[in-house]
Amino acid sequence: MIRYIVKRLIFMVPLLIGITIVCFVVMHLAPGSPTDLETQMNPRASAEYRERLKAMYDLDKPLHEQYLIWVKKLAVLDLGRSFSPDRRPVSEKIMERLPITISLNVLSLILILIIAIPIGVLSAVYQDSLFDKVTGIFVFIGFAMPTFWLALLLMILFGVNLGWLPISGIRSLNYEYLPPGMAIVDLIRHLILPVTLAAFGGLAGLSRYMRSNMLEVIRQDYIMTARAKGLSERVVIYRHALRNALLPVITILGLSIPGLIGGSVIFETIFAIPGMGQLFYMSVMARDYPVVMGVLFIGAILTLLGNLIADVSYAVADPRIRVS
Amino acid sequence: MKTDFWKRFSKNKMALAGSCVVIMLFVISLLAPWIAPYDPNEIDLQKVLSAPSRDHVLGTDQLGRDVFTRMIWGSRISLKVGFVATGIAILIGTVLGAVAGYYGRWVDAVIMRFVDIMLCFPTFFLILAVIALLEPSIWNIMIIIGVTGWMGITRLVRADFTSLKERDFVLAARAIGASDLRIIFVHILPNAMASVLVAATLGVAGAILTESALSFLGIGVQPPTPSWGNILTAGKDNIDIAWWLSLYPGMAILITVLGYNLLGEGIRDSLDPRLR
Repeated sequence: MIRYIVKRLIFMVPLLIGITIVCFVVMHLAPGSPTDLETQMNPRASAEYRERLKAMYDLDKPLHEQYLIWVKKLAVLDLGRSFSPDRRPVSEKIMERLPITISLNVLSLILILIIAIPIGVLSAVYQDSLFDKVTGIFVFIGFAMPTFWLALLLMILFGVNLGWLPISGIRSLNYEYLPPGMAIVDLIRHLILPVTLAAFGGLAGLSRYMRSNMLEVIRQDYIMTARAKGLSERVVIYRHALRNALLPVITILGLSIPGLIGGSVIFETIFAIPGMGQLFYMSVMARDYPVVMGVLFIGAILTLLGNLIADVSYAVADPRIRVS
Repeated sequence: MKTDFWKRFSKNKMALAGSCVVIMLFVISLLAPWIAPYDPNEIDLQKVLSAPSRDHVLGTDQLGRDVFTRMIWGSRISLKVGFVATGIAILIGTVLGAVAGYYGRWVDAVIMRFVDIMLCFPTFFLILAVIALLEPSIWNIMIIIGVTGWMGITRLVRADFTSLKERDFVLAARAIGASDLRIIFVHILPNAMASVLVAATLGVAGAILTESALSFLGIGVQPPTPSWGNILTAGKDNIDIAWWLSLYPGMAILITVLGYNLLGEGIRDSLDPRLR
């Protein structure tokens, strides 16, 4: 097992280097240097100040040296300072928002699993039944649904017309004064819409995937063996088939992480949730390059970590992977 | 082979429905200047945010412009972005996939690692980061969506090429002295076009979704150019008073994307019924 993990980690090294190179290249796409922008916005910046800035960002050195200096800073999570007036370190800004984004994504992943797996299993077991057909149509619509639009519609329905759910932020204004029990209810009420919508995108894909997996497993010889020795259909489906059909889902969950993280930009912006996605959106609008690059880098690292966790859990669940 | 395809395709109701939607969209965006009842940029401050009525079937927006008209013009944007972005993605994806699959060894290893690296970035993050650096014009949007969306196609084409290059017709072509370039593009590529065509159709749908999300966030197609996404932005700004601004453009996006998806799946099923 440890050998497998080490192998995975070694495999990640070139990816990690590649990620830093892509980030570095994207950063240098900017017309003019980042210091240009900062100084143009500030008419009082003298030529000397500009030189100092340039030296601070090492823009006077050749490209490969700039890259090495930048990577060395990255290694200790020094992502520079924000261009915004607060001038705080980028890593600090990201770290204080990361927990919100990660918990939202974990919640929606859980929701996806709870809903998609039963749907997939049932529509495979009762293939071509009415249930299978209806969910099939829903899946198709789910693939085509612009989720930000669905968000708008649900906000109009539940927030504006019915007034049941709040449509922005994660806390009410009087949050501080609520008793602990009410505070949790308040938080949950704020999270219902964003978590449901973030999950929506993954639902269609996973339930379809689960269905085709299950259909494949049901046709295997060992299922026939289980039936032949007289096991009840329940045991055959839920003990023998389901376990094997569930395995590859781990990989799919790993693959869905970049989509979820990317989607957080949309949901956190729509629902005014103070997470990493919203920070990213605001920095893009304000052209706060150090933050934009920082979030881009952290987003890729999160994906890489997610894939690693998925790979390792797959190996834990399925010994065949470890050996090959 | 071809007649089989058409026979299966014409029996596939979903595929036909998808083609109808796609053809209709083409017609609407081609005829936009003639079928739209108003000028898309005609501001009428007397009729700001008026609900759907006989004069304005889908209501008006925050500047009194006719929503129906702006949606008709918006279909042009969707079509343009969908096709140009997908075209770029197909071009990059096919060339890289073909080279990786045909040459194998270290060329393959390098290209496929690059694909892995690109897939580590949440696509939406990558697009936004590039937009932060460049101006969000419609051309930039198309290019960025294309340049960040070729990885899946590379994997598909590579898989086709690795199996096709072992076939006898490739050996025959090599035996008569055909160059690598000729073998790749004239002999193997036509045989790999089927999966590319399916991926392209589904890719158009994806590009339209991405563009509308970007425009909705205000970093895609910029007003006053009408796009379905930026009409929805107005819908969000007036969420408590003008539901029609939120409802109809989203429906247009949903139907369009559904149409391309149905068409893509229909083509896949008709090309090779075994894939179902």
